[in-house]
Amino acid sequence: MTTEAGSETEVKENAEEKSAARLDQSKKATEKTQEVVEEGEAEKEKEGKGITRYLPTWFKKQKSQSQTSPTKEDPPTEEPVSKVNQEEAHVPEVNGHAEEVEEKEQVKEKESESHSNASADTEPAGEEKVEESAQKSLESTEETQEVAEKEEDKKEVEKDRRQGQTSIFQSPLRLVRKNKMKLVVCHVTLLDGSDFTCEVEKRAKGLFLFFKVCEHLNLLEKDYFGLTYKDHHEQKCWLDPTKEIKRQIRSNNWQFAFNVKFYPPDPSLLSEDITRYLLCLQLREDVASGRLPCSFVTHALLGSYTLQAEIGDYEPDQPRPLDYINQLTFAPNQSKEMEEKILELHKSHKGMTPAQADCQFLENAKKLSMYGVDLHHAKDCEGVDIMLGVCANGLLVYKDRLRINRFAWPKILKISYKRNNFYIKIRPGETEQFESTVGFKLQNHRSAKRLWKVCVENHSFFRLNAPEQPPKARFLTLGSKFRYSGRTQNQTRMASTLIDRPAPAFERTSSKRISRSLDGAPMISITDTSREAENGHEPHLELHSDSKSPGRVRGDNIYVRHSKLMLEDHDKTQDEVLKHQASVSELKRSFMEASPPSPPQLNLWEKHLTSSPATATRVQQQTVTTEVEIEETVVVQEISKAAKPAEELQTWEGQVQGGARLEKKRESISSESESDEEAEYHPNVSLSIRHAQIPEEKEEEEEEQERKELSASSSPVEVNQAAAAVEDEGKDCAEEEKKEVGAEEPMKTPDKAPNGMTPHEEVMCVTTEEEELPKVNGEDSVVEARSQVICCSEPPVVKTEMVTISDTFAAQKSEIATKEVPIVHTETKTITYEAAQLDGSGDGEPGVLMTAQTITSESLCTTTTTHITKTLKGGLSETRIEKRIVITGDCDIDHDQALAQAIKEAKEQHPDMSVTRVVVHKETELAEEDD
Amino acid sequence: MAAGLMAGFGHYTHAIVRGIPASLASEALRSIQAEVDVTKARREHDAYVHALRTTLGLQVVELPADETMPDCVFVEDAAVVCGDTALITRPGAESRRRETEAMKAALKELNLNVVEMTDESATLDGGDVLFTGREFFVGLSKRTNQRGAEILADAFKDYAVSTVPVMEGLHLKSFCSMGGPGLIIIGSSEPAQKALKIMQQMSDHRYDKLTVPDDLAANCIYMNLSNKGHVLLHCTPEEFPESAKMFEKLKDHMLIPLSNMEKVKVDGALTCCSVLLNKKADN
Repeated sequence: MTTEAGSETEVKENAEEKSAARLDQSKKATEKTQEVVEEGEAEKEKEGKGITRYLPTWFKKQKSQSQTSPTKEDPPTEEPVSKVNQEEAHVPEVNGHAEEVEEKEQVKEKESESHSNASADTEPAGEEKVEESAQKSLESTEETQEVAEKEEDKKEVEKDRRQGQTSIFQSPLRLVRKNKMKLVVCHVTLLDGSDFTCEVEKRAKGLFLFFKVCEHLNLLEKDYFGLTYKDHHEQKCWLDPTKEIKRQIRSNNWQFAFNVKFYPPDPSLLSEDITRYLLCLQLREDVASGRLPCSFVTHALLGSYTLQAEIGDYEPDQPRPLDYINQLTFAPNQSKEMEEKILELHKSHKGMTPAQADCQFLENAKKLSMYGVDLHHAKDCEGVDIMLGVCANGLLVYKDRLRINRFAWPKILKISYKRNNFYIKIRPGETEQFESTVGFKLQNHRSAKRLWKVCVENHSFFRLNAPEQPPKARFLTLGSKFRYSGRTQNQTRMASTLIDRPAPAFERTSSKRISRSLDGAPMISITDTSREAENGHEPHLELHSDSKSPGRVRGDNIYVRHSKLMLEDHDKTQDEVLKHQASVSELKRSFMEASPPSPPQLNLWEKHLTSSPATATRVQQQTVTTEVEIEETVVVQEISKAAKPAEELQTWEGQVQGGARLEKKRESISSESESDEEAEYHPNVSLSIRHAQIPEEKEEEEEEQERKELSASSSPVEVNQAAAAVEDEGKDCAEEEKKEVGAEEPMKTPDKAPNGMTPHEEVMCVTTEEEELPKVNGEDSVVEARSQVICCSEPPVVKTEMVTISDTFAAQKSEIATKEVPIVHTETKTITYEAAQLDGSGDGEPGVLMTAQTITSESLCTTTTTHITKTLKGGLSETRIEKRIVITGDCDIDHDQALAQAIKEAKEQHPDMSVTRVVVHKETELAEEDD
Repeated sequence: MAAGLMAGFGHYTHAIVRGIPASLASEALRSIQAEVDVTKARREHDAYVHALRTTLGLQVVELPADETMPDCVFVEDAAVVCGDTALITRPGAESRRRETEAMKAALKELNLNVVEMTDESATLDGGDVLFTGREFFVGLSKRTNQRGAEILADAFKDYAVSTVPVMEGLHLKSFCSMGGPGLIIIGSSEPAQKALKIMQQMSDHRYDKLTVPDDLAANCIYMNLSNKGHVLLHCTPEEFPESAKMFEKLKDHMLIPLSNMEKVKVDGALTCCSVLLNKKADN
């Protein structure tokens, strides 16, 4: 027997298992009562299987673990069997354990005998087991299998954890945290209508679940897809991959759907058939539900390709096709006439492979005018009901079915929302002088935000070469920092060219639907390897759940083996992809946070320095980005003129320069809670990774938190607002092992910089302190976007205020320079930023630190950190040089000049660098109170 | 059929035309007062039908003129045909509503999927409908309103339907038409150019344009026939010498100048006088 087993290890016959199961079942009917008791557990088991069966590579580990599991019970009837196994199969523990499990298995079998795939898919577990022709041996096989299954279940947690850990190492995105996390079960509805269940740690991020699903689907070109959930208003929302799932879903309803998020304008450019197949599934659903409207003829044509893909060639001797065709939904109001037409057209596709049929389907579907258009209800300024459609090319405006306007992405300068208003700022046409803003009313704040997010994502995906980084955490700034976090279409296409695996075989699972509708069995494993389907010879296999059919068994085996292969391959690839992705984004993130050099911005700065911001509307610069930035500047000006405190707070960072902002702050504080209802996005950036000039809204949860904190922290802020500035970029410095180097004497220039502060060159942090300055700069204040917690501790009496200037500033309210602010009393406010989620940004930094120097003089300390990173991943090479200059002084330094000087010098060194951020932290102490 | 959606722009097999009633001379609607010579008009029309039938080999369905419908020769306004679907319009001019009856019958005869515009608030003239092969533009004019456009959009769900305000001229196609796949022939008047801008802005597709000096000359008929290739029926040099020259730029096109001097007096352009459709063999 053992020898036999040896020869058959790789090919485990499902059919045998299944029949064995059945035999066992009858045999062990007496044990039913026991089994019933354990039914609940058996249920769980199934779930476990649900996941694991798709992950054959794990089984081995599983098994070895299972061997150590203790046997809990030992039903007498089973003893002989287990003994046999013990003796002959050399896996005593397994078998011993199996007995316990087997009963459960039986329950399972009873419950869902037709769930043949359940056992089919656990195949790998049985691989190493003894294969016997005798019934007993069959049983034992089953037992072992069951053991494995049971074990899977038991170890599910561990496995998940293990996996989670792996992902931590694989990806600096740190999808989940370590150990001791609670697990939750996620239900994901896949495109074929089936459910995928898996467990994730409670604090796992969206990306983790998404990857799990993709892995399950064997999908590599995943960037076109996403997970959705329903918020408690039953609105479909996209799960943000970068955030914890738990924080998004709220209602604790871990129910998701896997959907196409970005419809590729040309599906023929997709690399893999499996991707196209999934896109087809989505589109079939879109068409059938009426979301993607099309004419009668088109319905029929698309339906006929679906039939061809699903059941192969039309065959006259097939069971009457009309019998099943009406089980399928092709159109919202499907008529007999349409079905006839579908069948008629189906005949004409003879010889077409499923993949070809999918291609044809997509070639037609992509031409439909509503292909890939995500519609949102809205009202125009006159209160007329319209629809806003977001798509690859831009924003479409519909009234009923009519397109009444269209704003291509290049025409849009800014996308923003405020409460339930959604605004787009339009680039002026050739003949127009000014840009215009178009506003729409949405149902509520949530829908405005949702629309805004979709716009941001679609723009990023289809228009950018690389995603923009989320604006970094900013002090006292509200608004969403939401940005598209995945790869852009460009990037995903690039990545797709690197896909190097044989076309994976995949189940055309909608045939499951067919079978389901025929015999009511929910989970039927139908593996049509494309080969079979291509010949169109086995359409009935897909239509029936008959698991014993020999042809079918063969199919299963092929499938499993193949998919194993694929999975390994896949793992590797995914790993790489992941790493790559992570490293790139990591790099970018840290880079951004540490104030990246973006050349145009320097120019912008200069422009502002040399001319009045108001007139400096458009400066011809080398890059598109530049132009955009300038336009943004204009935007900013408008905002700051719009004297609404709330708004100003929004535009706080980077737009209002020091003095002006300080002045405003007082008023704005009280209205902060309103202001968080808005966000902006400037979509016109091509390629460049832009910096944080975009004011946005906090995620709601944080909003509240922050609001409270803000009000707490802001109340004491009064007269001496200007006192001190906290640099909020410190965290990067810390993370990036920067070293301090050069100190430069600030050269006094004939001051009077037009704006309270001038200068800029990458990041400059100017700190003037009269008192002891708590190393706020650079070092310890760790800020992570989104999750900042601001704590106020009172003791020392220095009021700390942060002033951040980044290049879009330009408000003209320069009169109130920080230094002019009267220093009245001493208050101390220590503001600490804590990154609630450190995001793992620190790990595996692929960058290389090239130089770092610190030069120190008595009164002034200038720290310059240069961080040069070079990455070569997946054929992409990136070099980034970032420089961070921190000037720390302890007396009356003219920080304006210091900044100007520093910038000047930096500019000399790197002419095409740009200043992305200037932060002034000033702490002032008043003499009176001091003593 | 495997050709699929949106293939075969300009492929036509049939044309529906209608005779000129004597009442055209005095009763047909017109935007500028002019004397119309019915005999001349009929001669023009005969040449037109001859070109379709003999020169181009289309199956021409000729509906008889009806004296009670002075404008009935302008069949284009009565129906919009795209693919297998024909939308019977509700013409903006009340006097012309009954013109659709004969058209409907003819289209049914040809086995098209006929959709009617029953909404009493809707008006649509076929002359306001520009089909580019990928999408529709519907001019909102004196004759066509939003509701009419909506119903058109409903009838042709595969396509984007964008509305274009028609500031001047009777119809959208009074100053533009298609000259080939992705080629819009456009008049040079300001309203025409403005309309073109709007169309370009509204579209996801890029269109080339051929600007002709005279708006009326921009109304041409484009076909892509299996045995003739690209065909363009356009104005004669006698009518619009400058514009006629422009068409010579279309090297690949078989150019057929057709006189339209009389019909133009009652706002009739070349496209107005026929409804073209493609009856594939397998239908």
